[in-house]
Amino acid sequence: MPEAMGFFTDTTVCIGCKACEVACKEWNQLPAENGGIRELSGDSYDNTRRLDGIHWRHVRFIEQFSGPYNGRWLMMSDVCKHCVQAGCIEVCPTGAIIRTEFDTVVIQSDVCNGCRACISACPFGVIDINAVAGTAQKCTLCYDRLKVGLEPACAKACPTDSIQFGPITELRARAQKRKDQLRAQGVEAQLYGADPQGPLGGLNSFYLLVDEPEVYGLPRNPKLPSRNLKQSTSFSVASAAVLGVLALVGLRKRRMDEQPPSLS
Amino acid sequence: MSDTFFSGAPHWRWLIILYFFVGGLAGGACFLAALLDWFGRPEDRPVVRTGYYVAAWGAIISGLLLTIDLGRPLRFWHMLFQSANLPALMFKGWSPISFGAWAILLFGLFSVLSALGAMAEEGRLQTPAFHLLHRGALAKLVVAVAGLLGFFVAGYTGILLSVTNRPIWADSPWLGALFVASGASTGAAALMLLAPGRGATPRSLEWLSSFDSNALVVELLVLVVFLVSLGSVNRVWVSVWGLLLLVGVVGFGILVPLGLHLKPARFGSLATRPVVNAAKLVLLGGFLLRLATILASEGIDRYRVAVGM
Ligand code: SF4
Repeated sequence: MPEAMGFFTDTTVCIGCKACEVACKEWNQLPAENGGIRELSGDSYDNTRRLDGIHWRHVRFIEQFSGPYNGRWLMMSDVCKHCVQAGCIEVCPTGAIIRTEFDTVVIQSDVCNGCRACISACPFGVIDINAVAGTAQKCTLCYDRLKVGLEPACAKACPTDSIQFGPITELRARAQKRKDQLRAQGVEAQLYGADPQGPLGGLNSFYLLVDEPEVYGLPRNPKLPSRNLKQSTSFSVASAAVLGVLALVGLRKRRMDEQPPSLS
Repeated sequence: MSDTFFSGAPHWRWLIILYFFVGGLAGGACFLAALLDWFGRPEDRPVVRTGYYVAAWGAIISGLLLTIDLGRPLRFWHMLFQSANLPALMFKGWSPISFGAWAILLFGLFSVLSALGAMAEEGRLQTPAFHLLHRGALAKLVVAVAGLLGFFVAGYTGILLSVTNRPIWADSPWLGALFVASGASTGAAALMLLAPGRGATPRSLEWLSSFDSNALVVELLVLVVFLVSLGSVNRVWVSVWGLLLLVGVVGFGILVPLGLHLKPARFGSLATRPVVNAAKLVLLGGFLLRLATILASEGIDRYRVAVGM
């Protein structure tokens, strides 16, 4: 069995060129939005805005400006996190979402029936419906390329090596070194999703950030959807039991209120 | 900010809202019918039979709504069987959408059997086999299973919403309980409206009306607990959905019908037919409850995109 593979994205060297976005679209033959007539966001240089069924990579532009010459750009190439404990796999009722031999998460489009439960289960807002296929879609970490020993299209295209592909253990060691290097330079660098003891058992696509996760549109403490299952079920059963008892008490009261039949 | 604000909206809109409403109502009606079947009196039979008809039609409509809502409707059976490994079953006990699909199917089966029994009882089906479905131990067993599955179907939709990562839905474990109570009140309301046409006696209707009052009180209490449990997420209600929840659900859907049940004289023209008017308002409130809880969360996707998250 091959070892777990994934991405380490060093956001500090992303230049926002979107080569990864384009390479992903091209390799996976993803359609253009709105027939190629794109509405500009109007308030940002980021016109893709989000990950969805036809955008499996999204270079997020975070414009932190308090005046025309005072501020900074943060850029992050976002993608499915290929969570070690994946909420999407957990809820998928058709078994369409599988974990591959590379420890990545793939939606089989020929099995998915478009119920959309995975969209609401993913803590990162990664999945959406691909209108052409009518099914939920997202990054496959180029499963087809991995199978034949190629690296994913996005990592191949990235000109600055902001997206690095490889065995997760190696990537984690490299990420740690890079974080230490930046910290030594006084940069407030932190790793997001690199800790196998952390949320969701770690992310097989993890990041080096220089601001809080929320600034990058990432939840601080992503959780599995099943965390609510037990409590929610118990409260529902309790509510049903209370209503059942009330109904029975009502029937009993009705019987007791009835006059005994007269003997005459 | 709750971590749920970073997730994407599943585009569960009108068909799903309608399904949640119809499924809840059918489940609640079936539960009440089964209860009266087991513990009621012969005079309750018209209500019992109406309950099974409502349940059967509700289950069929629910199945259709769910199927049409899929991105690939012809693959609906992928939720029941492993498409690449037939005839292996597809079932995940930890995924509400998976066990819900089975629950709807079984609820449909048992409620249709119960409805067939009701038709046999009314003399509309003469074949002796159908009479087994309205008298005897087998009939009792079938309706008991239908009733329990009914309550399950009414409540699992709330659990389904809680077992996500969406704002409001996943921020509280109380939605399932709320939908159970709402299923019970809307089920009773449907029976109050439809059973008189099938010959329901005033005593049966009186019991339904008093049960409906109790269910509305439970619903109101659970709604309050639900809102308290949302904590800071409650700010999402500062919107048209919050207004709908307060005025439509709490006001017109719970408090006014409660008043009509308890003190009809205070309600002017509504008091001319208090039970019927209360039932109509309860149905409206049950629908608006699903509408507000689903669309309030759905709308947050647009917010997320708008702020570049
Ligand atoms: S990031 Fe979302 S889509 Fe990707 S594996 Fe995790 S839960 Fe699934």
